[in-house]
Amino acid sequence: MLLVDANAEADFKPLRPSDLALGKPLLVFPFDVKAGAPKNETRANKLVVIRLPEDQMEATTRGRSAGGVLAYSALCTHQACDVKTWIAKEKVLVCFCHASKFDLLDGAKVVDGPASRPLPGFSLKLEGEFLAITPSSPANQSS
Amino acid sequence: MSHLTKKLFISVMGACAILAYADTKLGPYEPVTDARLINPEAKNWLMYRGNYEGWGYSPLEKINAGNVKKLDLAWSFSTGVTEGHQSPPIVNNGYMYVTTPNGQVIALNAITGEELWRYKKEIPADLLMLHNTNRGVALYGDKVYVATVDSHLIALDAKTGKVVWDSTVGDVKALSYITLAPLAAKGKILVGSSGGETGVRGFVAAFDAASGKEAWRTFMTAAPGEPGGDTWPGDTHKNGGASVWITGTYDPSTNIAYWGTGNPAPWPTEGRPGDNLYSTSVVALDLDTGKIKGHHQYHQNDAWDWDEVSAPVLIDTEINGRKVKGAVHAGRNGYLWMLDRQASGKIDYVNGIPYVYNDVFKSIDKKTGRPTYDKSKTPGMGKAVTFCPSLWGGKDWPPEAWSPKTKLFYIPANNNLCSELPAADPVTYKKGDLYIGYPIEGVLGSLRYQDDKKPDSIGELQAWDLNTGKMAWSHKYDRAIWAPLLTTGGNLLFTGGTNDRIFRAFNATNGEVLWQYSMPSGVTAVPSSFEVNGEQYIAVQAGWGIDAERMQSGINALNNTKTAVPQGGTVMVFKLEK
Repeated sequence: MLLVDANAEADFKPLRPSDLALGKPLLVFPFDVKAGAPKNETRANKLVVIRLPEDQMEATTRGRSAGGVLAYSALCTHQACDVKTWIAKEKVLVCFCHASKFDLLDGAKVVDGPASRPLPGFSLKLEGEFLAITPSSPANQSS
Repeated sequence: MSHLTKKLFISVMGACAILAYADTKLGPYEPVTDARLINPEAKNWLMYRGNYEGWGYSPLEKINAGNVKKLDLAWSFSTGVTEGHQSPPIVNNGYMYVTTPNGQVIALNAITGEELWRYKKEIPADLLMLHNTNRGVALYGDKVYVATVDSHLIALDAKTGKVVWDSTVGDVKALSYITLAPLAAKGKILVGSSGGETGVRGFVAAFDAASGKEAWRTFMTAAPGEPGGDTWPGDTHKNGGASVWITGTYDPSTNIAYWGTGNPAPWPTEGRPGDNLYSTSVVALDLDTGKIKGHHQYHQNDAWDWDEVSAPVLIDTEINGRKVKGAVHAGRNGYLWMLDRQASGKIDYVNGIPYVYNDVFKSIDKKTGRPTYDKSKTPGMGKAVTFCPSLWGGKDWPPEAWSPKTKLFYIPANNNLCSELPAADPVTYKKGDLYIGYPIEGVLGSLRYQDDKKPDSIGELQAWDLNTGKMAWSHKYDRAIWAPLLTTGGNLLFTGGTNDRIFRAFNATNGEVLWQYSMPSGVTAVPSSFEVNGEQYIAVQAGWGIDAERMQSGINALNNTKTAVPQGGTVMVFKLEK
């Protein structure tokens, strides 16, 4: 399923890896091509995508990336706030509400703060030039 | 022992057991009337601060400065919930009600800790919760009222916990939420809105206690054409914040309720020049109609996130040698404000004294109390600015207390802390998103020590003589405090608030520490006191979290420490050991 900017209200443009600046996270929704609309009926569908250097990614995490882009649930596992701020110095994504920090290069493991679970990760692939989440996602949930 | 003696012994023991059982059994639930709320019995704690005036004072004196060393745990009860527990145990003749984060209400037998019923609000799975705490219930008639983080007001049957009605108060999709304990009076249940950081237009709303039907709603940002409407440019009042997230106080003799309001939104002032009424103010509302009868703005055009949400404590006393119907507030801006409330609702300024270090205010107008600012200490666009006190202020939400016995006003303060905000980001309002205006990492890392030097003390428990405007005593802590207060007729002052999980009793007259107890988690909840079957109890919830945790994270960054306070809610109830 393709992805579109969560802030877009019309003229939805599926996302390419090249649309993302290195280390600049973006909130996205899956895009229902048939309906021509994002699947944004609930915040629970919101993902955060970010392009990061592939050589810094842990192997399993890198396996889920496409074009150097990683995708995770954007809802903090603590109190469901949007997690969308990348601290380049620490290489973590931080939650504004209660400062939980997640290591996106390594499966969004909790590095600091009150969250106790990683952000669910999603496997990405390229459909042509566009980013898409694969049907088997989320990927870092053990059965 | 002869057979007869043995039989007699067994009979006596049996009778004792029955009597003991009878001592723990609760009688019929006594409805909470207006008369009881106006003159609450000493043995009960019927509302958030014990009385409408907001004193945080229990007249009970069986536990006192002379015997408090013998205070011991009577019972404890784990809520099974983590995060910041802040509600007081509210007690009506042995029926105790506490709330937890995420809007649970637990009814307990106050003598034994037995759970009578539990109500769990179903919270939407995708709800963003900036503060998921809850500060308690209101009691009225035969019902218990709770306002929830998904912006509902719910009436429960006090005996069974069954939902009687459930009214939607605010737009949860706009991240309007509620954390305060409702105020019950004259057949109405009053609540206010949180959401100053999500651009919610603050309001106080009243609902019919019997039906849940909305009676009135008064917004705390003035619209064009209304008095104060010219203090907001354009439509900025529509998302201007001024939240109301702490219970109001109420003067039944004038039928006026007093509410504190939060910061204007967004934080940078550039888009909203003007006083931004009625943000960072106390607002006097007619209880029947919601009409604004008066106000006093503690500081205009806030740029520092200094919510002034604690409602003023209503104290009829002498200030500067003059008898006044006082409204007293320890401001987040670091000043102790003493106001005079008129029967008309008008609020007059009397005195303002810094109780912690403030480097923003250059002067205070002697007649009006209006401050002037040092512009170099006002954060905004294009400049990083350090200012004191910090974003969390000299005192955040934890309530002050007033003892009519000691005639002292107690403040749980934090001193020597400042904030550095980076240059503001331009921000536009988007429904359901944060509306702050600063880079997030800048806000999270904003805490600073005054003069960048680790101070000897941060937390200060202060006792003030309002008449002379002088501090009578202070107890200094080597760490920050988030310490709601309880004072009692036994010359005691109870509070927790520290990251070492200690709950303490102080001599209310001189500040001496008389007793302390190590709790399961840090205590940032409001303590209360009550009496059942002639026995006095002190009750409080342990359960660290929310902003105390955030401030600790800031202090950890300054000290290069990793102090983490264990979480988990527990109701802790103390009585004198026999």
